[in-house]
Amino acid sequence: MVELKVNGAVRQVDAAPETPLLYVLREDLQLNGAKFGCGLGQCGACTVAIDGAPAFSCLLPVGLLAGREITTVEGLGSPDKPGPLQQAFIDEQAAQCGYCIAGMVMRAHTLLARNPSPTDDEILEHMSPNLCRCGAHMRIVAAIRRASSRKEASRSQRGAL
Amino acid sequence: MTLPDCPALTRRAALAGAGALVVSFSLARSAFAQDQVQPPQNIGREPKSPAPLPGSLKVDPNLDAWIRIGSDDSITLFTGKAELGQGIKTALLQIAAEQLDVDMGRITLVTADTARTVNEGFTAGSHSMQDSGTAILHASAQVREMLLQLASARFAVAAQDLKAQDGKVVAPDGQSVRYGELVVGSELHIPATPNSRLKPLDQRRIMGKPVRRVDIPNKVAGGPAYVQDLRLPGMVHGRVVRPPSPGAKLEAVDAGAVERMPGVLKVARDGDWLAVIAEKEWQAVTAMRALAAATRWSQPTALPEKTRIFETLAGLKADTTTINQKQAPPAAAVHTIEAEYRRNYQLHGSIGPSCAVAQMQDGALTLWTHAQGMFPLRKAVAEMLSLPEDKVRCIHVEGSGCYGHNGADDAAADAALLARAMPGRPVRIQYMREDEHRFEPYGPVMTSRGAVALDGSGRIVDWRYEVRSNTHSTRPPGAGQLLSAQMLEKAFQPGPPQPLPQPEGGGDRNAIPLYDFPSQSIVHHFVPEMPLRVSAMRGLGAYHNVFAIESLMDEAAAAAREDPVAFRLKHLKDARGRDVVQKAAEAFGWSANATRESGRGRGFAFARYKNLGAYAAVAMEVSVDRETGGVRLLRAVAAVDSGEAVNPDGIRNQIEGGIIQSASWSLYEEVQYEPRRILSRDWSTYPILRFPALPRRVEVHIIDRPGQPFLGTGEATQGPAAAAIGNAIADAVGVRCRELPMTAARIKGLIGG
Amino acid sequence: MRFGHLVTLLIVVALVGFGLTFLQSRPLKPVDPPRRQSFDDAQVRRGATLAAIGDCASCHTAPNGPAYAGGVALETPFGVIHGTNITPDPDTGIGRWSFAAFERAMREGTDQAGNRLYPAFPYNHFAKLTDDDLKALYAFVMTRQPVRAQTPENRLRFPYSIRGLVTFWNWLYLDDKPFKPDPRQSDEWSRGAYLVEALAHCGACHTPRTKWGGENSKARFDGGDAEGWWAPPLNGSTPALEPWDAERLTAYLRSWDDRHGGAVGPMAAVTANLAKAPDADVKAIAVYIASHFGQPDVGKKVRLEVLLSRPEPDLGDDAGLARGRDVFKGVCAQCHETGAQVPFTVQNLAQHTSLFAPTPDNVLRVALHGIRTPAGGFGPIMPGFAGSLTPQQLGDLARYLRARFTDLPPWPDPTAAARRLMNQPEGPAPAPAVAPKAWATAQ
Repeated sequence: MVELKVNGAVRQVDAAPETPLLYVLREDLQLNGAKFGCGLGQCGACTVAIDGAPAFSCLLPVGLLAGREITTVEGLGSPDKPGPLQQAFIDEQAAQCGYCIAGMVMRAHTLLARNPSPTDDEILEHMSPNLCRCGAHMRIVAAIRRASSRKEASRSQRGAL
Repeated sequence: MTLPDCPALTRRAALAGAGALVVSFSLARSAFAQDQVQPPQNIGREPKSPAPLPGSLKVDPNLDAWIRIGSDDSITLFTGKAELGQGIKTALLQIAAEQLDVDMGRITLVTADTARTVNEGFTAGSHSMQDSGTAILHASAQVREMLLQLASARFAVAAQDLKAQDGKVVAPDGQSVRYGELVVGSELHIPATPNSRLKPLDQRRIMGKPVRRVDIPNKVAGGPAYVQDLRLPGMVHGRVVRPPSPGAKLEAVDAGAVERMPGVLKVARDGDWLAVIAEKEWQAVTAMRALAAATRWSQPTALPEKTRIFETLAGLKADTTTINQKQAPPAAAVHTIEAEYRRNYQLHGSIGPSCAVAQMQDGALTLWTHAQGMFPLRKAVAEMLSLPEDKVRCIHVEGSGCYGHNGADDAAADAALLARAMPGRPVRIQYMREDEHRFEPYGPVMTSRGAVALDGSGRIVDWRYEVRSNTHSTRPPGAGQLLSAQMLEKAFQPGPPQPLPQPEGGGDRNAIPLYDFPSQSIVHHFVPEMPLRVSAMRGLGAYHNVFAIESLMDEAAAAAREDPVAFRLKHLKDARGRDVVQKAAEAFGWSANATRESGRGRGFAFARYKNLGAYAAVAMEVSVDRETGGVRLLRAVAAVDSGEAVNPDGIRNQIEGGIIQSASWSLYEEVQYEPRRILSRDWSTYPILRFPALPRRVEVHIIDRPGQPFLGTGEATQGPAAAAIGNAIADAVGVRCRELPMTAARIKGLIGG
Repeated sequence: MRFGHLVTLLIVVALVGFGLTFLQSRPLKPVDPPRRQSFDDAQVRRGATLAAIGDCASCHTAPNGPAYAGGVALETPFGVIHGTNITPDPDTGIGRWSFAAFERAMREGTDQAGNRLYPAFPYNHFAKLTDDDLKALYAFVMTRQPVRAQTPENRLRFPYSIRGLVTFWNWLYLDDKPFKPDPRQSDEWSRGAYLVEALAHCGACHTPRTKWGGENSKARFDGGDAEGWWAPPLNGSTPALEPWDAERLTAYLRSWDDRHGGAVGPMAAVTANLAKAPDADVKAIAVYIASHFGQPDVGKKVRLEVLLSRPEPDLGDDAGLARGRDVFKGVCAQCHETGAQVPFTVQNLAQHTSLFAPTPDNVLRVALHGIRTPAGGFGPIMPGFAGSLTPQQLGDLARYLRARFTDLPPWPDPTAAARRLMNQPEGPAPAPAVAPKAWATAQ
């Protein structure tokens, strides 16, 4: 049994300690947000926040996470009551297939928590570990900008960096 | 997740569940009709139905194959197409809601499912709106008319005095009747007619509006959205052990230790197909790795030498067809331009490796998959498992975007084989990253040669173009098209590769320019033998052909010393084509005598996808580092005409995404291989575009054509974006890169010291 | 204390020096920027090769900036120095430099106006270049795209901000005797020696510096520092066990060696540039450097064999090591020890030089911030674990790596090092794009 703190709740999980967090989130805790993409830390589809920092859940065994605060995209809101960053993604329609999006939201979340008004270059650099294949990048950046406290952030900026 | 159907249900029960109205008629249709039905258009054969019905109504004209209304007022809409992330669900709901006069939220949409929907073939080739959207547009309008007729009888009021409104028919005196009250029996089981009374354009309130996509909230907030998210009771996890290289034979495996690993339920082997099933997913991954380490494989036949691939392609036997010819009296050519263009193998590279869930119960298989064609897949899987087709049900559930024929069908086949190995329990498989990268069918290597002659007035007087390519579709329905079926003890052989015929074409898609040249000859050299396994990738041959044609147009414009945009317009009569060219040029701020900073360039390109679908023009600005050959995208401006725009934001999203994806293909992407193995097995060995490489701006201008037919849009900018980048590079540094991808190394090689 | 005395001495010397004209040289006459046609194409191409071997771009091209337009900030013990704009822009670059001015800068470290250049610019090496090579380099830089870009002001502490003082440094460290081949050595070796000493300036990072910032000639190639990274020794004094020979060095300098891996950090740019150099030159460099490593030491060979063949060491009841093992098995082993054949991982970490370093900094930097290849490049991607692992976990990991893959004593307090490095704002370590074919051959 491993004890994990996920989205504010302490969860007991019957998993071997070397199991990567991703598999525990998806299988044992039935959370859909974090996705398997590469298992190598190259694409960011599995991104979650650990104590507020972005992490590749495919490469982090649960045995190392005692006492850490794990936040998944489910911790930011729900489809019915999306959180502000999720709402920004909806407002910008920042997805196509959407497989990468939960990871994008989580990586962006860790940026905005640390730096509420990042510049475009800071957004691009911060988001660099995460891959999108559909080409929804411009909208993803627009959503992050919209959720930031930058004054000029507005829908009219979509498509522009 | 809400399942399209729970696995215990049989097909018959599933159909019964859809409403009493349906069973007696549509069951019969389903049982007998599918073998005879040809999927519309996109596998290249003419539909057999003689009636000139719009879109996929040709496949099944019965209105209740598309729309059903329950006595509880529930409205169910059926499409044989699937959501691939292109937003098709939302657009189809918009159409139906508009024509039926109900809120979108009132309609339940059922997508491709062999037990429930029409066989619309593959969701591919930018056909969904043209085929299914058109069918639903007309079916919905005709259902509304029928509801008005039924209410007219009930109220004894003339139909034209009645109004459909929010799920009810309202009479002038205020009395109303709900749709569910009007449809009590088999009223909707009637064939559609060729003409519909569509809702007048000025009364539309949902079509043509940038409606928010219905699937996005789940995707941003962790709601169930993908086949990867399916969790069925008792579900177990499978993984396959792929050979080190395509074609290697499994000589020995020592599975003993793996079988004793925690959670492992079974090691399954059939010929060269090797897999493991475990209770939990990570156990399956760990066991698969251990199993891989316990195998011995034969040396496979050598893969081609990458540095010689174009010679290899040139040396393979080809079937040559002249697909288009136009003769004019010979004119005096002042300039002649000849050039060869090349494209390397590229991969689809879904962010989520392919996944499927299958369950074998009482001799029948249910398969949840994100493949693009449920009916062809059913046929292939049934053949592979020696099951009658009616014992296999394929249900589409969304996956990661596929951009064509990727590993989805193969993963479905693996799930089916795993389910056969463990009857009763649902088995889920998701490929590992290297399984997807190394074994998906690639976008084919291609070459083309163009020879363009210009007269003294700078007009093209003769255009010769020859394209050489493998097939662009090795999709099911043959079991031999499934990778794992080729590896079984009783191996299935892939059928002989076939070219996809014109007018849509495969390798020769968009090989015929839309420009008006007095004399032209277009030749397709179809090469059956495949050095590497290939299949459909977004845009098929159009990506390469438009890149080549539009690069040649710039080469010709330069020879004629004319502005590239003016030069295109001079050769283009098609009015809608001219409109998008002019719109993109104007929005970009294109002017013939713009001065530019050194190292910066701008490029323009245009095409009408397949010469049948959406029109798209792209203008691009880049900067090129002369020292490294590295290209930086600065901005892109596109203009697109998709006919009537059902969801403008959906179109915009597709075009933006197409430009960014094509930029990634065109600047970075090529599969790496050497005779012993495929080297591209992850994102470090197959790099794609990341955020810092984005252009500063991508603008999309839609030319809406209300009332005009829908034109497929999803693949419209793959070719134009590539060519616009190539043209911008040439403008920036004066070198013409004729090989895709236009890597920094290739460009630096052309620039020289 | 001693430092204080030195400063005082310097100030005195400086005050005296101000009166003396030799601190400054006479300006040279500006010329009109030479036209491209005035250079021979072959000469320009040769210059391009030499510039690649000389790694000019590393200091003279800002990240994502235009080539050779300067602006790179170099952190030195004396303050921040900026790489200058060496494009032929007449106002902000060297467009008005005659060949004589270029030659004086390269050989004497004095710019056209007569100002002393700081020896972060390795003119002490370039002084040995042949006239022909200097001319080729001049032809190359003068035919680059001119870029208007003002180089930012240096931020050096007093008294180092007085350029004239470099005159004294030159007395100590500038050896402008021309390169003389060693007749006992092969032509290849001599070519390598010339390229390394006169152009590639390997010693600038791989030789320790004196307190005055000069290369310590008594400890040539004994290992040094590069932007805070440990630059390992290039001779027999290396603590690492996996031997280097000319062939492996060539593979490494070209892109990737299956035992030693590939370059990361400041070395990435060097190998990325060498990828543009002719095979023969890279091989010559490798032959010369390999001769400094000498024949593999038998003792080291035996130690390496033991390390490669030994089972997991007994960790005893050391809880920290056990925790480190859990981190390694759970995180690192996904790529570095699974048989998953993940590209760009070495066969066995006991072969990797960084684990034998005097400090865990190189290893921790990579573990914390990861590795990144330039956009579109075929090459390693490693995620950083700065946020997801704690300093304690990273420290434990470093201890375990050292205990498992080396036979050297533990690093002192790697957890403190992890904490220190974690707080440094730093991006992923750069790695060069690799030629796929070369990489496949090296496997």
